[in-house]
Amino acid sequence: MTLLDDFLVRSALAGVGTALAAAPLGCFVVWRRMAYFGDATAHAAILGVALSLALGLPIALGVLVAALAMAGALTRLAHPTLGADATLAVLAYSALAIGLVAVSLTGGVRIDLEAYLFGDILAVSRGDLALIWGGAAVIAGLLAWRWQALLTATLDPDLARAAGVDPRREEAVLTLATAILVALSIKVVGALLIVSLLIIPAAAARPFARTPEGMATTAAGIGALAAIAGLGLSLEADTPTGPSIVAAAALAFAVSTVMRRRAG
Amino acid sequence: MTSPAPLIDIRELSLRLGGKPVLSGIDLAIRRGEIVTLVGPNGSGKTSLLRTVLGALTPDRGTVRRAPGLRIGYVPQKLRIDSTLPLTVDRFMALPRPAPAARVAEALERAGAARLARHQIADLSGGELQRVLFARALLPDPDLLILDEATRGLDQPGSADFYRRIADWRDTRGASVLMVSHELHVVMAASDRVICLNGHICCEGAPEHVAQAEEYRALFGTGTGGALALYRHEHDHSHGPGHDHGHGPHSPAEGTARRRTEPAE
Repeated sequence: MTLLDDFLVRSALAGVGTALAAAPLGCFVVWRRMAYFGDATAHAAILGVALSLALGLPIALGVLVAALAMAGALTRLAHPTLGADATLAVLAYSALAIGLVAVSLTGGVRIDLEAYLFGDILAVSRGDLALIWGGAAVIAGLLAWRWQALLTATLDPDLARAAGVDPRREEAVLTLATAILVALSIKVVGALLIVSLLIIPAAAARPFARTPEGMATTAAGIGALAAIAGLGLSLEADTPTGPSIVAAAALAFAVSTVMRRRAG
Repeated sequence: MTSPAPLIDIRELSLRLGGKPVLSGIDLAIRRGEIVTLVGPNGSGKTSLLRTVLGALTPDRGTVRRAPGLRIGYVPQKLRIDSTLPLTVDRFMALPRPAPAARVAEALERAGAARLARHQIADLSGGELQRVLFARALLPDPDLLILDEATRGLDQPGSADFYRRIADWRDTRGASVLMVSHELHVVMAASDRVICLNGHICCEGAPEHVAQAEEYRALFGTGTGGALALYRHEHDHSHGPGHDHGHGPHSPAEGTARRRTEPAE
């Protein structure tokens, strides 16, 4: 296991593991237009950090609990006068702001806020790595298990119901997977950029895909490449790693869009 | 040949949505092998009733009993598939449970969509998509086919062909059909039983019986009676004494019904 002693190898593995889990889940976020939902859930991660600091829990556990609570609340929520769009934005930014206030109250000056907002992939430990790959395996397992039912429910809830699929259960599966992803990726890209890791590889993969499975695997490839390229850029140019990974994914999206324009 | 237990047995069903009453006092049984059509003005609860039968809505009062092991095939009003989701017709047909290729081909053939198998769903026209949805609904060999304005996007001949395929499928499989339609003239000719809905069941029975019912005419006017006569080649179009053509609260719906019942030459 001497290979894992190298912080670069650990960082690369963390980035790739997160990207592989984020890609198929991100496809559902794109297909179901859940970007704001993802944002609100990810921002709640900062509240989770505060919770962990206050109670002395592992960070990932507090983040998982806060993300699950937020995601669970969102699925039940319907504001009487505000649209879903505005409601989600209110909750997303409230969670972020209150979380930041709470973190500074509980953690004091010794807390490096930036690490939670933008990630700190170069400081990933073996324990973190186990958490990331374990969480990624759970997400992949959940999605593989429910894949057909998830797709049916995504197409049309009533169509799913007629076929014996409960669309609310499938929604709960996605909620759970999203919360797990937030918990495992906060160390990699941070709360502010988690959703970009979900959406950008999926969006970049769309022009090349003819089936949902094709889109998910292409997105996984793009995400993994972006993780490695971003890490390389970060080392080469001494740029922040999380944003570098997202910038690499954004470049892939731009290239894919231009290629599609040329072809079509 | 008819089984005594109905496939669907609805008793005294009432449903409220967002605090507003949508359906009240609905009694409805669907027996094996019959084609039942729901007609009624916009907002009369037709789609809500279908969704209650599907189990997507829970009634506030009353019961919906489905025969044990009932297989339902559902054709929604439309499928708003997001353009971000790449999906071929073949792949769509395999959701949520893949069927043998021969069965898929047969279902597409029956629905008149055989040549579409390799197309992207997003590229289909409205009418093509409805045929594909119909094919997918046939795939599990359902006991009950539920169609919600399934001929939306089809022109007159296309829609007549669609109803012929529904009737043909019922005839070969002995299964039942429950559908909502606005195309009164075609539907009336294709149904065994018509249920006229407006929050409650106004009237029901054989198409020619319903077309004569005062409640039905109050909702749709007598124009439909004429259209029905045209399609059935029966002369049952009469203006009873004291029957006026303005129907107060229902006039917008009547306008819709009239527009849609211009017979095709």
